[in-house]
Amino acid sequence: MSSLSTKLFKKSKEEWMDFFINNAIYIVIFAIILIVVIREPKFISVPVLRNILTQSSVRLILALGVAGIIILQGTDLSLGRSVGMAAVVAASLLQRPDYASRFYPEMAQLPLFVPLLASMLVCGFFSAINGWVVAKFKIHPFLATMGMMITLYGILSIYFASGAPGPQPIGGHDTRYVDLVNGNVLGIPNLVIIAGLAAAFIWVLWNKTTFGKNMYAVGGNPEAATVSGVNVMSTTVLVYILAGAMYGLGGYLEAARIGSANNGTGFGYELDAIAACVVGGISFSGGIGKVSGAIAGVLMFTIITYGMTFIGLDQYYQYIVKGVIIVVAVSLDAKKYLKKV
Amino acid sequence: MQEEYLLRIKDVSKSFSGVTVLNKVCLNIRPGTVHSLMGENGAGKSTLMKCLFGIYRQDEGQFFLDGEEFNFEDPKHALENGVSMVHQELNQVVQRTINDNIWLGRYPRKRGFVDEKKMYADTKALFERLNIHLDPRMLLDKLSVSQRQMVEIAKAVSYDAKIIVLDEPTSSLTDNEVKMLFDIIGVLKKEGVGIVYISHKMEEIFEISDDVTVLRDGSHIGTEKIENLTMEKIVNMMVGRDLEERFPPKTNVPGDVHMTVKNLSTKYAPFVQDVNFDLHKGEILGVAGLVGAGRTEMVEALFGARTLESGEILIDGKKIDNSTPHKAINNRFALLTEERRQTGIYPVADITFNSTISNVKSYKNKFGFLVDHKMKEDTDKQIGAMRIKTPNRKELIRSLSGGNQQKVIIGRWLLTNPDVLLLDEPTRGIDVGAKFEIYQLIIDLAKNGKSVIVVSSEMPELLGITNRIMVMSNGRVSGIVNTEETTQTEIFNLSAKYLNNNREAEV
Repeated sequence: MSSLSTKLFKKSKEEWMDFFINNAIYIVIFAIILIVVIREPKFISVPVLRNILTQSSVRLILALGVAGIIILQGTDLSLGRSVGMAAVVAASLLQRPDYASRFYPEMAQLPLFVPLLASMLVCGFFSAINGWVVAKFKIHPFLATMGMMITLYGILSIYFASGAPGPQPIGGHDTRYVDLVNGNVLGIPNLVIIAGLAAAFIWVLWNKTTFGKNMYAVGGNPEAATVSGVNVMSTTVLVYILAGAMYGLGGYLEAARIGSANNGTGFGYELDAIAACVVGGISFSGGIGKVSGAIAGVLMFTIITYGMTFIGLDQYYQYIVKGVIIVVAVSLDAKKYLKKV
Repeated sequence: MQEEYLLRIKDVSKSFSGVTVLNKVCLNIRPGTVHSLMGENGAGKSTLMKCLFGIYRQDEGQFFLDGEEFNFEDPKHALENGVSMVHQELNQVVQRTINDNIWLGRYPRKRGFVDEKKMYADTKALFERLNIHLDPRMLLDKLSVSQRQMVEIAKAVSYDAKIIVLDEPTSSLTDNEVKMLFDIIGVLKKEGVGIVYISHKMEEIFEISDDVTVLRDGSHIGTEKIENLTMEKIVNMMVGRDLEERFPPKTNVPGDVHMTVKNLSTKYAPFVQDVNFDLHKGEILGVAGLVGAGRTEMVEALFGARTLESGEILIDGKKIDNSTPHKAINNRFALLTEERRQTGIYPVADITFNSTISNVKSYKNKFGFLVDHKMKEDTDKQIGAMRIKTPNRKELIRSLSGGNQQKVIIGRWLLTNPDVLLLDEPTRGIDVGAKFEIYQLIIDLAKNGKSVIVVSSEMPELLGITNRIMVMSNGRVSGIVNTEETTQTEIFNLSAKYLNNNREAEV
């Protein structure tokens, strides 16, 4: 005990500065939660916790997808439209047989996994193009994925308008689909279980496979990876395909969670996902990032949003708080790697 | 039959756009020996190594490994064939562990997953063999440079390297770390590995070499067993004696002291420590030293581009504040940077933009807008005065030759009317004819009362155009000599003066 206290209090000024810089974001977030709890003690309750976890689930799946791309020193602006694409595809294939305005009036009921697979394949395909363009032409991922974002919106809207009832929100989902996404097991929401499984899967992939280690190497020092015989091209494309598959899963879940899908679904989701990664310590300078970081980042954002809404803070103020947190987090991250001259 | 030599490099030549960098160079490495490769900066050592590793393709000449001719396609190909290089700038994934780095690109697998246990055990065994005491699970970020270097050597050994090239491996090591490195080299020698050792440190060369090869200006000067060599002899082989008449007459006359620098030290690495000197009006002061001696950092510190730990700069006896480049420019300093392409020119802009950008304030009219015709006039004036070869001022600077680009940048600084000119490698990458013109320009500037500092890696250049030479070694000034009275050997010895000192011990 005494050694702990000396450790805590015998820190030099510089060490304290480092401590604050390295943990500032956690300190700020802790302070916000504290304010929320003081104003509304009811914030600490099982239903609130369940809501926060449920709202975090799809975000986590998307964040884990884009996190791999960020580890490669990249980014993905097409995430949101990709989610929209997956949501529209899944919803169009999973409507109740007795629903009045079906996208495909004649289609038989499909097994639940077929639309899921379709969503993941479509998103994986477009994301693979992103990865290929980035690796082949050394285009900055910001630009490559911006182009994809716009292109996808066009494709998505054309598909959306091509259904039998014309361009109108695709609702009337199959009850099996709704139950799968919005049900629960022993009080634990299915969404949370699915997100947990996805996180475990990604963790194994990142930490226990050659692919994962190569991803970190390519992100950390592409040259060293090349010289050591890592195939940078295939590693990059695989990371993007994986990201696309995650967006596909996210979009599939999102359509049922919201209850309908249209060509605007998913708009802007990339910003939430990227922000969560950055706040969770997945560095834009590449090669650094953990699954636990993505989880922490997503949870923090959901808690803050939920908490601020809980105490009735105006939505516009919430934007200011969130925006400032992102910039502060990125500045602190950059400061760690800044070379002093 | 056992080959006498593990690696033979035979008559390798290489030239870049007509300039010969290597001229029929030979190098033969015996198994189980350390072969030192020596030569001044620019002698061709690194070009030779780049040819060996397939980064460049030689114009002529052959490489033989164990008697068989080969040409590596890239460093990875070389690595797989047992030839590896540990660079001065280590190319590693510092965010990852030792394990991850050593086995990168060939992770052992078990049932589809990376076999961490095998990786750990293999690294452990490797480290034991080489007597390295590090936990393979440590992040590279947390290691010192010498430890990271050992990891890199271990990685080479793990590829069953027969030849390991060590490029200035001790440049940032303490005495103790050097000893550890030499122990590892000893183990490798016993295993029959051939080591190519590139270093400027004489004492080390005599301590660990078996053979020494000296290059000068891209030519093979000689190969000797270490027993047959003395320090004097190596220096003579390296620097030669002839100093050709490639320089205009020094017509400048240094006057009174203009700038005084006291106790200048930088706060962050690479360090400059306790630099003191005077610069006279109309003087050209040369700065000599090896790569990494802190010359560039010293002029950057004077210009406010580096954070100072201590030090003052006095102009005509009055203290000035040069804590940022902006302030330095206001104090009439100008810095010509070493990397012209990266930090000097704006390649996609025209000559007018490149000439006037540092002085752009002075072209404002009373409404704060820039006056085009003044900028054009000034640019034309510079093109004429410096004899810049270009069709007109609208030409993009990147379409000019290196020498003419350099003239544009010197002209840019002259438009700010500086008193103190800091020129960092002003003739790097410039052909001989253009060099002469740059020398003339520098001497004329000094003649007109400017105080000039010239950092250069070319000894003849320093001897040819300066009045005095300040020699730096390991971040410190090891001596200031009169150009008329000094010799290349004296400067070389001064350059190496602080090389073996342990910096940590001094602090």
